[in-house]
Amino acid sequence: MDRADVDARIRSLIEPFNKKGVEIADASTFAGDLEFDSLTVMDFVAAIEDEFDIIISMNQQAEIENFGQLVDAVVKLSGN
Amino acid sequence: MATDPVTAAAAGETDLFSKFDDVIALRQSLLAGGGEDPFSLVMEKVLSPTRAICNGRDTILLGTYNYMGMTFDPDVIQAGKDALDNFGSGTTGSRVLNGTYRGHRDVEDALKEFYGMDHAMVFSTGYQANLGIISTVAGKGDYIVLDIDSHASIWDGCALGNAEVVPFKHNDIEAMEKRLKRIPEGAGKLVVLEGVYSMLGDIAPLKEMIAVAKANGAMVLVDEAHSMGFIGEHGRGVAEAQGVLDQVDFVIGTFSKSVGTVGGFCVSNHPKFEILRLVCRPYVFTASLPPSVVATAATSVRKLMHAGNKRAHLWENSKTLHAGLTQLGFRLGTEEPQSAIIAVVMPDLEQGAAMWEALLHEGLYVNLARPPATPAGMTLLRCSLCAEHSAEQVQTILGMFERAGKAVGII
Repeated sequence: MDRADVDARIRSLIEPFNKKGVEIADASTFAGDLEFDSLTVMDFVAAIEDEFDIIISMNQQAEIENFGQLVDAVVKLSGN
Repeated sequence: MATDPVTAAAAGETDLFSKFDDVIALRQSLLAGGGEDPFSLVMEKVLSPTRAICNGRDTILLGTYNYMGMTFDPDVIQAGKDALDNFGSGTTGSRVLNGTYRGHRDVEDALKEFYGMDHAMVFSTGYQANLGIISTVAGKGDYIVLDIDSHASIWDGCALGNAEVVPFKHNDIEAMEKRLKRIPEGAGKLVVLEGVYSMLGDIAPLKEMIAVAKANGAMVLVDEAHSMGFIGEHGRGVAEAQGVLDQVDFVIGTFSKSVGTVGGFCVSNHPKFEILRLVCRPYVFTASLPPSVVATAATSVRKLMHAGNKRAHLWENSKTLHAGLTQLGFRLGTEEPQSAIIAVVMPDLEQGAAMWEALLHEGLYVNLARPPATPAGMTLLRCSLCAEHSAEQVQTILGMFERAGKAVGII
């Protein structure tokens, strides 16, 4: 599974959470551009964890601010 | 010399308080209506566990967590007075230096008797008990798996330590299991749960959750702050009621609810438990509880061991209030009464604050709870019952809710 594949899968996972239909780029931030609150973050993270069968601990989440960083983190955590 | 704000700004000083501007604005808008401040209530006189003079008004207390009404128990008060006379007003020292008096040992003995466990460690507050145990037991490379609706003291315990923190959806056994199974092999695991979740007053399916935790090699910590003295045959909490107390590695509790004073504790059967007294910083680097406090706590804990009738009456109160509020048309946090907390869900913060104030004018104090303390951004009026509330008082309370609810337009 390469980065493009992870990117595509996260893009489809984010859809139900992207209520305002914000166009997503690597630099799109979750708190700012996407306006995710803590509850949305929890549900979104859970969806990604289940999809890729990984854990993204709160400690790791603190380092992830935008979409590109998330994709990179998931690629790394999936062992690719 | 007075500081000149212009000079400070010119020097490039940033106001560290600007991060609170949103909270300040929200507070100002709430108080703009000229109402009473829900977070600045003063009790001028406390008449009993269930009545006080609040902001000049004779008020029924329905938001104190004083579940078992021990605060005015004559034996408890006498024990405190005797300790004040014999041991002075404070210890002025850490438990590991000059701050362990006979009374501190005695209250730890009382807790061991109460829970039937080998070890007990008393902290200066319940907050510090969670802070200390969680941050110390789970270290770097370990994993803490916890319910997303956990109390602030649990989250702060996670933040103080160095473990990986993995939350799961509230009371979701499957979500917890999935996360446990994904933890790298060989890593230490601590599952943190609560018996009663204080915001909605709902209980955890501890039997199922602890079975899953144990099957996945995790140690288990359960915070029973809101169940001690009341839930379970001996008042040991939800784990006792569900028959799994022997599976719990660490029970966290507090003296500031059913016990009726202040302080926190952890009880455990772990053979190496006592070492925590030397390595747990929130235990070591703070002064111990005053002698009068540990004396009142020890007396209260021992009396709670034989409080079966009070437990029964508290359950009756809880059921009556839950049924009455449901019948009046209020939306409650749980379908059935699961604890001594009945949470009334408000449509929004504005109406919640208006309802809170209307109740106060009726002569009833409840807790106004709002985000971020509440789950799902809810505004709640949280009622906590007391074993000393009479059946008549509960009926009076229902009448107050009816009038206030109609006045504010919620029912």
